[in-house]
Amino acid sequence: MRRTLAVVSAGLRQPSSTRMLADRLAGATRRELERLGAEVDAHPIELREHAHDLVNNLLLGYPSRELQEVHDTVARADALIVVTPTFAASYSGLFKTFTDVLDETALVDKPVLIAATGGTGRHSLVLEHALRPLFSYLRAVVVPTAVFAAPEDWGDGGTAQGSLVHRIDRAAGELAREADRRDPPTINDPFADPTPFEDLLGG
Amino acid sequence: MQFGIFSVGDVTADPVTGRTPSEHERIKAVVEYARLAEDVGLDVFAIGEHHNPPFMPSSPTTLLGHVAARTERIVLSTSTTLITTNDPVKIAEDYAMLQHLADGRIDLMMGRGNTGPVYPWFGQDIRNGIPLAVENYALLHRLWREDVVDWEGKFRTPLQSFTATPRPLDGIPPFVWHGSIRSPEIAEQAAYYGDGFLHNNVLWPKEHVQRMVSLYRRRFEHYGHGSADQAIVGLAAQLFVRKNSQDAIREFRPYFDSSPVYGGGPSLEETLEQTALLVGSPQQVIDRILAFREYAAGDYQRQVFNVDALGLPHETVLRQIEALGEIVPVLRREFAIGRPAHVPDAPTHASLKAARLATVEAAR
Repeated sequence: MRRTLAVVSAGLRQPSSTRMLADRLAGATRRELERLGAEVDAHPIELREHAHDLVNNLLLGYPSRELQEVHDTVARADALIVVTPTFAASYSGLFKTFTDVLDETALVDKPVLIAATGGTGRHSLVLEHALRPLFSYLRAVVVPTAVFAAPEDWGDGGTAQGSLVHRIDRAAGELAREADRRDPPTINDPFADPTPFEDLLGG
Repeated sequence: MQFGIFSVGDVTADPVTGRTPSEHERIKAVVEYARLAEDVGLDVFAIGEHHNPPFMPSSPTTLLGHVAARTERIVLSTSTTLITTNDPVKIAEDYAMLQHLADGRIDLMMGRGNTGPVYPWFGQDIRNGIPLAVENYALLHRLWREDVVDWEGKFRTPLQSFTATPRPLDGIPPFVWHGSIRSPEIAEQAAYYGDGFLHNNVLWPKEHVQRMVSLYRRRFEHYGHGSADQAIVGLAAQLFVRKNSQDAIREFRPYFDSSPVYGGGPSLEETLEQTALLVGSPQQVIDRILAFREYAAGDYQRQVFNVDALGLPHETVLRQIEALGEIVPVLRREFAIGRPAHVPDAPTHASLKAARLATVEAAR
């Protein structure tokens, strides 16, 4: 079966450690899905490229054509990987804006792997205190392992939770198994299938 | 095809001069716009309904009743009537009275309103927006068609043996449009009743407008009111015209930039490219309006323009209406080319009366 993977990175610089982590997670998830017999299309989404469109979406109430394509990619994906830098003890404002303008049902029952980067390992609970509740609110299925990468992880990576590579592989395995046991997402189009008026009248 | 102007009745400071008109000035000015619209040959004048500053039209039938007395031909309409927070009994009474006074020259456009706090001010809850629009209109629809109504719903006191007076002129209820920017339920509602559907495409891109209007057209046919291309479609636009396009852009820019709707978002140039905002020379604007058939997914029935918002000065607004007087004859000519004969015009009191007479005679 063909599976699609949407990979959102909110990194701002180039090269970006956030994007690097996103690519590592995407690669590991692809391997795991392929091991389960799937063909994988991975779609990287750099929020920086859509920064102005995201603000305009907030101001106008509708997305630009390019941002609509991003929304569609996320909605159709079998699994989603999101990676944000840690800003002021939370996800970045750009990252939050992206979740703010998503359709409120876009992530329902969607397997999501949350990940973050930060200037020090002391920020790592941003995943549990900020990202996990946000995606739980959006009714996503957040996999148990969340991945945080601090500067030292790109070196020898020896931490109490094991090396970064080990955490990436564990998270990717969890995400792939959640995606694999689901049917591909169905997109509800209220314009194609409106609620019949008799049902609306019946309240 | 009908052409007209609509006002939301905002009382806004002119960003160029810094001057804010008084409510009195705006109310009197809007009446003048309606009269000038008739003088230059437009078909429709519509006023909004709002119950909060900076808007002045809280009492649309008072304003429209006054306009009715001072005009002779132009059709008076609303943009929009709040079907959610008004008592449908009062809408039935007020607009039937207006219909008599205006000798049938009225119709209405239903809308849900755009301000959350309006709902609690009138004892309602915005989370019931769609159910209110559905139930209230179902009652209004009956009040204009049945002399004696028994009613029980969720949102208002039950009615036993109630008769809304005056009865509609000649027994013909005012024609109703339903306006919605993004709720498919409202397109469905308009289709179910065979009413008109107007999309205020000022603010949303073409693909979205097409989807809403196409849904309405498809469901209009589904409910047996005619073929999809016979559905009654209206569009709105915001317009600013000067003889030279550069002058139009230069003069409109400060109003665009300081607008609570447009300001801070995409630039004027981007907005012109991506939305139905019309700023330019008469010929530029004509070309763009003719292409609105893409938005409407076919030939359509009503095109209304907003020309008096954003704090634009009174004299400038008068010039815009005069410009429309010159643009509209060209639009009438061009829109008529290739328009299939089976595509109807927007219903009026006269056309509905004639249609009923024809039905009665055919039944003999």
